[in-house]
Amino acid sequence: MGWLPEPVERLLEVALVGELTVIGRNRRPVTHPLIPLYDGTHIYLHSSTLFSKKLEHIKADGRVSLALTDPVAMKGNPDRATIQGTARVIDDDPHSDWERLILQLWQAKEPSINDFLKARVALPLFFERAVIEVTPQRCLYWKDGLTDRAPEESVAPREEAA
Amino acid sequence: MATAAAPMRSGSIPAHAPTATDLERLGTYPHVVVSWIDDSGYPTSVAVAFEADPAAATVRLARPAGMAIPTDRDVNVTASHIRPQPGIGYDERRYVQLWGRSDGTTFTPSRAWGWDETEVPFFEYSERSVPQSRRYLAALSAEKGRTIRPRLSPFWLALRTTRLPFLSATAVPVLLGIAVAASHGSFTWWTALLTLIGGSFAHLAINVTNDVFDTLSGADDANTTPTQFSGGSRVAVYDLVSIRGLSWLAIGLFAAAAAIGLLLVVATQSLTLLWIGVAGILVGVAYTAPPLKLVYRGLGEIAVAIGFGPIMLLGAYVVQTGELAWEPFVLSLVPGILIALILYVNEIPDRRSDAEAGKRTLPVRLAPETVRTGYLVGAIAAFAIIAGGVVLGLFPWPALVALVAVPIALRVHQGLKVHYDSPYTLMAVMGTNVNLNLVVGGLLLTAYVVAIVAGLATG
Repeated sequence: MGWLPEPVERLLEVALVGELTVIGRNRRPVTHPLIPLYDGTHIYLHSSTLFSKKLEHIKADGRVSLALTDPVAMKGNPDRATIQGTARVIDDDPHSDWERLILQLWQAKEPSINDFLKARVALPLFFERAVIEVTPQRCLYWKDGLTDRAPEESVAPREEAA
Repeated sequence: MATAAAPMRSGSIPAHAPTATDLERLGTYPHVVVSWIDDSGYPTSVAVAFEADPAAATVRLARPAGMAIPTDRDVNVTASHIRPQPGIGYDERRYVQLWGRSDGTTFTPSRAWGWDETEVPFFEYSERSVPQSRRYLAALSAEKGRTIRPRLSPFWLALRTTRLPFLSATAVPVLLGIAVAASHGSFTWWTALLTLIGGSFAHLAINVTNDVFDTLSGADDANTTPTQFSGGSRVAVYDLVSIRGLSWLAIGLFAAAAAIGLLLVVATQSLTLLWIGVAGILVGVAYTAPPLKLVYRGLGEIAVAIGFGPIMLLGAYVVQTGELAWEPFVLSLVPGILIALILYVNEIPDRRSDAEAGKRTLPVRLAPETVRTGYLVGAIAAFAIIAGGVVLGLFPWPALVALVAVPIALRVHQGLKVHYDSPYTLMAVMGTNVNLNLVVGGLLLTAYVVAIVAGLATG
């Protein structure tokens, strides 16, 4: 199972948006607000092929960070965290891989997706999707979101980091 | 720093030099997330308080404890917003992203990017991003060594490719033609059924042909605000079906329509029907296909009025009776006009991309007020034909019941005033306009059934 501190897992379970930062061209950080999903071990994000620049960037360099910062998007929880990790893109079959891997987690967090799914014929490319699987490596946690105080740092156990 | 406000666009829209507007927008968010690539090579991020100074083109960042914002590399400053909707998800998505350098506390941006769904609706954002999807899937195909294309289930793909729901536009004139013939004492069920099927194949073939040429001309690619009523099927734009596949489908549908048409010509021994059928296919193909490309020359609306009016309705009448007559011809002007008005209104959200592709439709050529007046004139003409036809004794008097649909036309006209420049809110108006044809057609059909039953009752 995962090693992330329990308060950070709580954030992951409720967060409707997190800021995923990837390494873009010329090693520039590029940030994408995305809905994070968590299965207790890995963090999953996902992206339509329509908005797939981030996927290209991750394929070029899989090092990413995910920031959880917005209390409004986390049911009022003021805590904040940044999770660094390595990401891999799962896109063998963009038509259906994501349904098998993350649809249940997605539906639980964003039930309106069910209505979109019924209208798949209207948005066919939106539902051609890749899954971004993030293996956490290091975590910074700010209780009450106070980043003017040093974060609590935790690192993946050796076998997780491997 | 540029001073002109750049539009908040993304997808196919590249990042731009930051403007004062970008910094003013940034200032509306409660906090920013500052990101950089740390010394271990990983991105890292921290949320901090900030103060945007649009005049100085800088952002003052609160120092996070225990980590220093680097001064020797690019830094990203992002602010994002959503409004959670409990039990549903969220809306009001927007974000601003700036890149630049920091001296530790003062950040000076050099590039900006962002999206605000109130300015660029999600559907438009998606359409703008279609080229990126195509590039990604092409690269993925190369990476995996097999072709990876977007897919839809066969049912939905067929529905979308042929634009099947639009068949109501064929059903109305064909059924009216059959009803007029029946009121004249001529009706054969199997030729009536074949007429409906043949007319439907012709309509679907024209839809698909239209998509082929609109894709080849770039009109559909240029259209980033398609709706369920406008912008074509987009199956080729999305690479769900190849142009070759669409072309073969169109040929197959035309062949099926022609085969049924020839069968009816043989069955009725009517050369008039043959000429009507040939005219129908020629008008349908010439609508978008070279060399005539009627829709590109400002003749699309007239072509549709002729095709879905006299050709469909008179054709159906001739199948049953073997001859032409004034009553079905005059009556055919009603669905002809109303279906041309469907096209006319559906062209409104497409007018910019149509203009780019050289399609000189009426909404491309006319001012909005003139387009709205044109709609009213067309609708009044359709209702005047109904009233005039009854007064002149051409149509049975129950046909007057179709005038109860006048308020629907007025609602569409009013909707055009309010929603002319908003493709997505115009969708409801387009739907109402489609209903106008169905209601008028249905009421006229009912009137003829009443007339037929009354005729049978009186012997």
